[in-house]
Amino acid sequence: MLPDQRRLHMHDGPIDLIVQAFGEFSKIESAYRAAGDRFVSVLDELCEELTTLRQPWRHDLAVHGAVARRMVQAVAPHGRSTFITPMAAVAGAVAEEILASMTANARLSKAYVNDGGDIALYLASGEEFCVGMVERPDRPSLFGTLRIHATYPVRGIATSGWRGRSLSLGIADAVTVLAPGAAEADAAATIIANAVDLPGSEKIARMRASELAPDSDLGERLVTQSVAQLSVEEVHQALDAGASVADRLRTEHLILAAALRLQGETRIVGAHAESLFEESTANRRRLVHA
Amino acid sequence: MDDDAIRCDACPVLCYIKPGRTGSCDRYANHGGQLVRIDPHIVLDRAVSRGDSVVPFLGKNREWDGSLISGADTFVTAIGAGTTYPDYKPAPFIISSETQGVDMVTVVTEGIFSYCGVKLKIDTDRHLGTECSTVRAQGEAVGHVTTSEYGSQMLSLGGVRHLTGGSRQEGTVTCETLLNLCNGKAAKLEIDGGAKIVVQASQPPIVDGVREERMRVGCGSATIGMFAKQWEGKVDEVVVVDDHITGVLSEHQAGKLLGIPETGIKMKGRRSTPGRYFKVAEPGTSWGGTNITDPLSILAPFDHKLSWKGLRLLMVSTTGEHYAYFELDDARRPIEKELPVILRESVARIRENCEPALCTVLFMGGAGGSLRAGVTENPVKLTRSVRETLTRVTCGGAPVYVWPGGGITIMVDVSRLPENAFGYVPTPALVAPIEFTMKLDDYAALGGYMDHVRPLSSIQQEQESRSRIAAHPENPWPLEVGKKGSKL
Repeated sequence: MLPDQRRLHMHDGPIDLIVQAFGEFSKIESAYRAAGDRFVSVLDELCEELTTLRQPWRHDLAVHGAVARRMVQAVAPHGRSTFITPMAAVAGAVAEEILASMTANARLSKAYVNDGGDIALYLASGEEFCVGMVERPDRPSLFGTLRIHATYPVRGIATSGWRGRSLSLGIADAVTVLAPGAAEADAAATIIANAVDLPGSEKIARMRASELAPDSDLGERLVTQSVAQLSVEEVHQALDAGASVADRLRTEHLILAAALRLQGETRIVGAHAESLFEESTANRRRLVHA
Repeated sequence: MDDDAIRCDACPVLCYIKPGRTGSCDRYANHGGQLVRIDPHIVLDRAVSRGDSVVPFLGKNREWDGSLISGADTFVTAIGAGTTYPDYKPAPFIISSETQGVDMVTVVTEGIFSYCGVKLKIDTDRHLGTECSTVRAQGEAVGHVTTSEYGSQMLSLGGVRHLTGGSRQEGTVTCETLLNLCNGKAAKLEIDGGAKIVVQASQPPIVDGVREERMRVGCGSATIGMFAKQWEGKVDEVVVVDDHITGVLSEHQAGKLLGIPETGIKMKGRRSTPGRYFKVAEPGTSWGGTNITDPLSILAPFDHKLSWKGLRLLMVSTTGEHYAYFELDDARRPIEKELPVILRESVARIRENCEPALCTVLFMGGAGGSLRAGVTENPVKLTRSVRETLTRVTCGGAPVYVWPGGGITIMVDVSRLPENAFGYVPTPALVAPIEFTMKLDDYAALGGYMDHVRPLSSIQQEQESRSRIAAHPENPWPLEVGKKGSKL
């Protein structure tokens, strides 16, 4: 348990989860126990099929583990048109799996599993969540908040960007996606963040993924290492590229909304999403924090 | 595959890590061909510990008010701060902040402690080993048994002689054992001529495979003193079996005062004062920390003149864990009978009064050496400033006890530090966070590196990874002015 005595923190290798359930005390307890029981074997199951999961999606990619199947299913809609490996959905899939174990074992009013920013949500009818968004994990300040009510079909939130823990092909500081599930959100955020880009720009330093991490699923692909100050036009051009992908995913009903963030500019995609994403007042203040 | 890359075996992902890079967890890195654990630089936060969300993954229907932290609510710990080498270079972080209108400076560094170890308090009365016996981990000597304290056994582990004074293997194993204990992990230890134990900070000890549940309520004599009144009239004689001081109700001062008659009981062992016996048996892991399994083995035959047929005798251990009830037959032999209901409560009460048995781990290390040169050009001034309590020393934000006398030798309860606050270097030596906090003008007066002092806010503007965690709710806030005997 975290020091606040409300949230559960679980960690195994690269997986780091913050879990919180709401409801009756006894129900929360059984939900946390279920989460813990399920968590024990998740990393081992994934590692057994790691070689397969690091391969680009193919229609005949066969995996067996429950989390692995969630991953493959989540990337499948993107796999035909673009490069993606099931690893793009690993965090969201783990979050979904743990959340499923909790809700299957206890009647909760609401719950979330946050796997390093990729979040699976459960909302009983009438409940809602308020979520804060951070563009740079090294500078935990919020650039906005969003409200998710039970009637709105979002149960997964994921954020991707080159500053995050995973390598990115694009230059977005953060792309936050709302989707029906966390694994779907994770995969979509990866795709959109990859698309926020200025191909060939000299302001972007890139390196082969394999040079950074020999066993990266991105292989020889160039990943973003740093981005110099861009002009307003460049920022818009890169965001346009990402937004067009996000818009396509939205019309295909793969996502409900997305917020794309690059060098202080935010682009929102999604019909009534504007009202969901509330720009934070934090953004307008000079923050002093270490 | 690249030759410089190393395989990390810290978890089943088994990342290949290139020099200067981290694995997928961001926690393990390849540092010059060696796998090292790196942790984000930890920044303590009072807002987090108050339950406010600073990085609110999800707030509970709460509007984000936009305010993050005011300077004084943030304390930069040394965890993950790194060190500077050589020592005379200013410490990695010298940070100014304002608390209650006073300009404060915190000098933050991770110290490499060659002189360090842990003091381990193990709540058990079971015999772990005789004083001075060697304590081993993986067969290597890592420390020794020191004193028995009230309800606990003390071990001293580590120290420079095990770390660097013995074989390479001894040093490595010692370092690993200390690191595990300091980071709240379990350590398996074996005591020469004694017990095999598993110890872990804030967890019950496991002695020879048995998890210790409770501390004894007191020594045998103290137990008589506590419960004499409750036994009066319900039983004729009570023996509280204890390896240190076994108590006998009818002879004990408490029994005498209640007018409990003599029973003709004869104890083995050496009588200390009336009703208090030393060495009734050998130390062990059974009844009251002795080696006996049959309580009658510590009794000699009853005196026929003083005892009587039907005399009721209760024998119980200091934890209430072992107990037996007897009545004397015609030949004045104790015959075991079921414990009467009226005595069950007193046995249960002994158990109820026993506190949970825990292991506590205090890290002890000397910061009086060259580390001081990273704080000031005149190291002895730092020592004096600490001594005069102008400078507060903390370890990962946790309060420390500074030993009187020379140097800056500190002790800290490892459970007060954030997770995984300790590291190591292959020397072998432990790496522990240490912070010196003082008023800005005091820092100037002791010859501090004033040109390296930087505001708290500047820390945030760097690219380096930094993690903001909740301050330990029981720790005094390191920057607090005017707390408990400190001039700060």
